Amino acid sequence: MRAIEIAGLEKVYNAGFWRKRSKRALRPLNLVVEEGEIFGFLGPNGAGKTTTLKILMGLVFPTAGSARILGLELDDPRMKAQIGFLPEQPYFYDHLTAQELLHYYGQLSGVHAKQLSRRVEAVLEQVKLSNSANVQLRKFSKGMLQRVGIGQAILHDPKVVFLDEPMSGLDPMGRREVRSLIEDLKARGKTVFFSTHILSDAEALCDRVGIIHQGELRGVGAVAELTAGVHGKVEIVWHGATVPAGIVTMGAECRSAGETMRVIVPEENQDAALEALRRERLRLISVVPMRSSLEDYFVAQLGVPLKSEVVSFRS
Amino acid sequence: MNSRVFHIATNTLREAVRDRVLYNLIGFALLMSAAAVLVGQVSIQIERLVVINLGLTAVSLFGLVIAIFIGIGLVSKEIDKRTLYTLLSRPVRRWEFIAGKFFGLSGTLVVNTFFMAIGVFAALAYVSHHLVGSDVGVLVALYFIVLQFVIITALALFFSSFSTPIFSAIFAFWLFVIGSFAQDLRNFAAMTHGLTRWLATGAAYLVPNFSTLNVITQAAHGEPVPSQLILFNTGYALIYSVAVLSAAVLIFERRNLK
Repeated sequence: MRAIEIAGLEKVYNAGFWRKRSKRALRPLNLVVEEGEIFGFLGPNGAGKTTTLKILMGLVFPTAGSARILGLELDDPRMKAQIGFLPEQPYFYDHLTAQELLHYYGQLSGVHAKQLSRRVEAVLEQVKLSNSANVQLRKFSKGMLQRVGIGQAILHDPKVVFLDEPMSGLDPMGRREVRSLIEDLKARGKTVFFSTHILSDAEALCDRVGIIHQGELRGVGAVAELTAGVHGKVEIVWHGATVPAGIVTMGAECRSAGETMRVIVPEENQDAALEALRRERLRLISVVPMRSSLEDYFVAQLGVPLKSEVVSFRS
Repeated sequence: MNSRVFHIATNTLREAVRDRVLYNLIGFALLMSAAAVLVGQVSIQIERLVVINLGLTAVSLFGLVIAIFIGIGLVSKEIDKRTLYTLLSRPVRRWEFIAGKFFGLSGTLVVNTFFMAIGVFAALAYVSHHLVGSDVGVLVALYFIVLQFVIITALALFFSSFSTPIFSAIFAFWLFVIGSFAQDLRNFAAMTHGLTRWLATGAAYLVPNFSTLNVITQAAHGEPVPSQLILFNTGYALIYSVAVLSAAVLIFERRNLK
C-alpha cells in the first residue's frame, strides 16, 4: 500500500490587512511515498516543507488538491491513530515531566491503559531519557526536548512517522542518535517522512528524496539517481603556491594548504587544468574524481543559490 | 464525558495547578479575606457585612483575573509551543480540544473558588464566632460567582480561538465590565426608540448578564435568594456558555494553524 498519496495539493495564503495580497506557499504538489521507505523532503527555509506537513496533519487546509495517508482521508481518526508527528522545534508543556507527557499523549492516542506504562518506559529508554523521566520539561535542553518529541511521535507504534526538521538544533551526538532512531524505525517497517535542510543527513538516511523550492517540487527520486545526472567534479592538488593563468580564468576557487594548492573543477575542465599545470611546470600531486553530492544536485536544480542558503546547507 | 475531552481537561487542570502564578493570586485573595477581618473590626456592628462583601468581591475579582489570565492563553499558548500540533495530529477533534480546555479551566476555577471560599468562611466564623442560617446566602453567592467564571472561561476561550492573548484579555475584561451593567443597558434600551432601541436591545441581550449573577449585597445583608433565580441563572449560564463555546468551535474548526 502507498503510505502517502498527494494529488495536486495547493496552498495560497491571503495576506495583508484586507487579505487582498495572495502568497502561494505551495504550488500543485503531486507525490507518492511507499510504505516502509524513508523519504526526505528537502528544501531551503520557506520552500513549503512545513506547509506540506501541516496540511497532511490537518493543521492547515489546502486551497486545492487532496491527500491520503494509508489510504485514508486526512481528517479520519483511524488514520490519525496510525501516524506520529514531530513539529519543528517543539516545546511541550512546561510543568509536565517527560513521563507525564508521554502518558498524556498515549491516552489521547488510545493506547490501552494496561500497556501504556510499559510503553512509556520502553520509549523513554529508546530515546535515552529514562534518567530524566521525572524532570519537568521546562528544565530540558533543546536536544532533550527533541528526543521527547520523537518519543511522543512513536509512542503509539504508528505506521507512518512525520518529522519536521528532526535534527534541528542538535549537536553532532544528538544528530547521530536521531539518525539511529530513524534507521531503527525503518528496520521495524515504519515509513518515515522527514523534512530537513541538512543534505548530508538526507543522503545518509533516505531511500528517496523530494526537493521543493518556492512551493514547487523540483525533483523526486533515489539519491543515486538524482546525483547521476549532475556533472562530476575533480579535485586537483599540486605542489607550490602559484595558480596557473589557465586555472584562474576558469574562476575556480583555489585553496592553499601548506606547500600545496588545491582546486575543484568540473570534470569537463580537467584536461585544460592539467595542461595549464604542465605548461607552468608545476608538480602534480593528485587528481581525484569527486562523487556528485546531493548538494550539487540541489544547487543545479535551484540555480544560483542565495549565500544564506549555501551556508545553511553546509551546516 | 468523552475520554479525550476528559484527558485534555485533566491536563489543563494539572498545568494550571502547577503554575505558580495561580498560587500568588489565591494567596492574594486569602489575604484580602484576612484584611476584611481587620476592616470589619474597625466597623462596629457591621463586621459580617464587611467580611462578606470584601471577601466575596475578592473571590470574584481574583477568580476573574485567573479566568482571563489562563483562559486567553489556552489556545494561543498551545499554538506557540506547537503542543497543539502534536495534539491534533492524534485522533483528537478540534471540538474535543476546545471542550477539554473549557472543562479543565472551569474545574481549576471551581477548585480555586473552593479554597478561597474556605478563607471567606473562616473569616466569617472568626468575626461572628459561629455561622448562621443566612450564611447559606453566601454559598449561593459563591455558586453564582462560579457561574460567572464559567461564562468568562467560555468567552476567554472564544476570543483565544482566533485572537492574540492581549486582545482576548481586553475583550473578555470589557465584556465582564459591560455585563456587570447589563441590567442598566436593558433599562436604557427600553427608554430608546427606533434603530437605537434595536441596537441597544441587541447589545443588552448579547452581552452576558453578570448583574443577575451578582448577589453579594443580598448575601451580605442576609437576604434570601429565590430558588427560581438559582434555577434561572444556572440555565442562563449553561445556555450562554454552550452558545459561546459553539461559536468558538465553529471558528476554530476553520482556522489555519500557521
